[in-house]
Amino acid sequence: MAQITCDALALGYDGKRIAENIYFTVQAGDYVCVVGENGSGKSTLIKTILHLVPPAAGSIRLGDGLRQKEIGYLPQQMAARRDFPASVEEIVLSGCLNRCGLRPFYNREEKELAAFNMERLGILQLARRRYRELSGGQQRRVLLARALCATRKLLLLDEPVAGLDPTATEEMYQIIEKLNREDGITVMMVSHDLEAALQYASHILHIGTKTQMYYGSAAAYAQWRDKDGSAI
Amino acid sequence: MAALFEKLSFYFSYPILRYALIAGVLIALCASLLGVTLVLKRYSFIGDGLSHVAFGAVSAASVLQLSNNMLLVMPVTILVAVFLLCARQGAKIKGDAAIAMLSVGALGVGYLIMHVFGTSSNLAGDVCTTLFGSTSILTLTQTDVWMCVVMSVVVISAYLLFYNKIFAVTFDETFAHATGIRSGIYKLILAVITAVVIVLAMRLVGSLLISALIIFPALSAMRLFGSFRGVVLCSGVLSVVCALLGIFISILWASPMGATVVCVDIAMFGICTFLGWTRREIG
Repeated sequence: MAQITCDALALGYDGKRIAENIYFTVQAGDYVCVVGENGSGKSTLIKTILHLVPPAAGSIRLGDGLRQKEIGYLPQQMAARRDFPASVEEIVLSGCLNRCGLRPFYNREEKELAAFNMERLGILQLARRRYRELSGGQQRRVLLARALCATRKLLLLDEPVAGLDPTATEEMYQIIEKLNREDGITVMMVSHDLEAALQYASHILHIGTKTQMYYGSAAAYAQWRDKDGSAI
Repeated sequence: MAALFEKLSFYFSYPILRYALIAGVLIALCASLLGVTLVLKRYSFIGDGLSHVAFGAVSAASVLQLSNNMLLVMPVTILVAVFLLCARQGAKIKGDAAIAMLSVGALGVGYLIMHVFGTSSNLAGDVCTTLFGSTSILTLTQTDVWMCVVMSVVVISAYLLFYNKIFAVTFDETFAHATGIRSGIYKLILAVITAVVIVLAMRLVGSLLISALIIFPALSAMRLFGSFRGVVLCSGVLSVVCALLGIFISILWASPMGATVVCVDIAMFGICTFLGWTRREIG
C-alpha cells in the first residue's frame, strides 16, 4: 500500500483555489520532487499533506503504517527566528515531542535519538552551540535533524537548499540522497532546481498553473518535457 | 551595614511588609517566565494592552461597588487575552493594531467611568493607585497573599509541565502543529496564564508598569544566554533579585514600590547589556 495517496486533490487558501485535479501516490522509498512555477501551490501541497491547511476538495490518504504526526517536516527558511535563543540540542530534541504525548519531559531514548540524528548529519559537535550563530547550511541541518527525530518513514522538505551556497547545497543533496538510499526514508521535496531534481529524484510531480501537469518517473519526465513543450 | 539590617528586620516585623515581599517576589517570578515566550513571539506589548483592559475593568468594578473586584476583572482580562492571542488568524484588525486599540480604549473609557460615576472623593488618588500601584501592595490582606501564592504555584507548575511544548510552539509553531502538537491549546493556556499574572501584578506595580516586569528580565537574560533553558532560568533569577532589591530600596527610601522595582529592572538590563557586550568583545 502507498504511503500517500492523493485523489482529485484541490489546493487553496481561504476558499481560493490555487490548483486542482492532483492525483498521485507515493510508495515507501520513493524520492519525489515537486516542481512548478512560483505560486503554483507547491508549498501549499506540503502544508495540506501536513494538515496545516485543509484540502479545498478531494482527499489525501496516508497508508503503509504512516501516521499523521510521524511526518518529518523541514520548513522553508525562517528569517524571523534569527535572534531566537536556543541551543542546537534543544531544537533537535523538540522533534521528539510527538513521541511524548502527555509526558512532560524527554526520556533517555529520545535524548539518544536526538544524539543519533545529530551524529548522522555531522552536527553532534555543535550540540551545545547557539542556533543563531550557525551558518545557513548548519542551521538547515539542525532543522533536518529535528525532522528526522519526528519520523522514521517520510520527510517533507520545503526548498531545503534555498539560500545556501553551492558547497552547502551539494552537501545537503548528498545527505538527503543518503537518507533515501541507505536508510530507506521516503523523501518528498519542493524544489526550484530542476537539474538536481532530475539527477536525484525517482519521481517528479509537476504542478502547473491551476492543475497538475505531470506525475511519473524522473526518467520519463525529460521525454515528456521535450515532447510537450517548454513549460519551465 | 548592621544598622541597615536592623532597620530592615524592624520593618519586616510588620506583617503587611512581609506580605508585600512574598507577593512581589512571586509575581515577578511568574511575569519573567511568561516574558520569555511573549517577547520571543513578538507579543511584548500584550502586557501593556491587557493591563489597561484590567484598569478599565477595575474602574467598572469600583463604580458597580463590587465587594471583590477580582470577580469582574479576572474574567474580562482573560477573555481579552484569549481574543488577542488566539483569534489572530483571519481577524479584520490584526495584532499590534488590535492591542493598541483595546489598550487606549480601555484606559479612556475606564477613566471616564471613574470620573462620571465615581463615588470616591479622592479621584486622582484612586486613579494614581490603579495606574502606578503606589501603595496598593501595602493594603494586601492575608487572603490576597494566599490567592497570590496559589496562583503563582499554578502558573509555575503549568510552565514546568508544558516547558518542552512551550519551547516547541514558541520556536516554530508550524512544525509543532505538523507533528501533532495542538498549538492552539498551548496558546490558550498561555493567554489565560498571561491574564492571571497581569491582574495579580497590577497590585504590585500598577497597570502602567506591568510590561516592565514581563519584558525586562527576559531581555536582560537574552543578552547573556544563548539557550532557551539558560534564558528562562536567568530571567527568573534576575526578576526575583530585582524584585527583592526594589522592595528593600523602596522600604528604606520610602519610594513607590512598583516604580522602584521597575528602575532596578532597567539598571539590571543595562548591566546585562554591558556584560554581554564585553563577553563578545573578549571572545
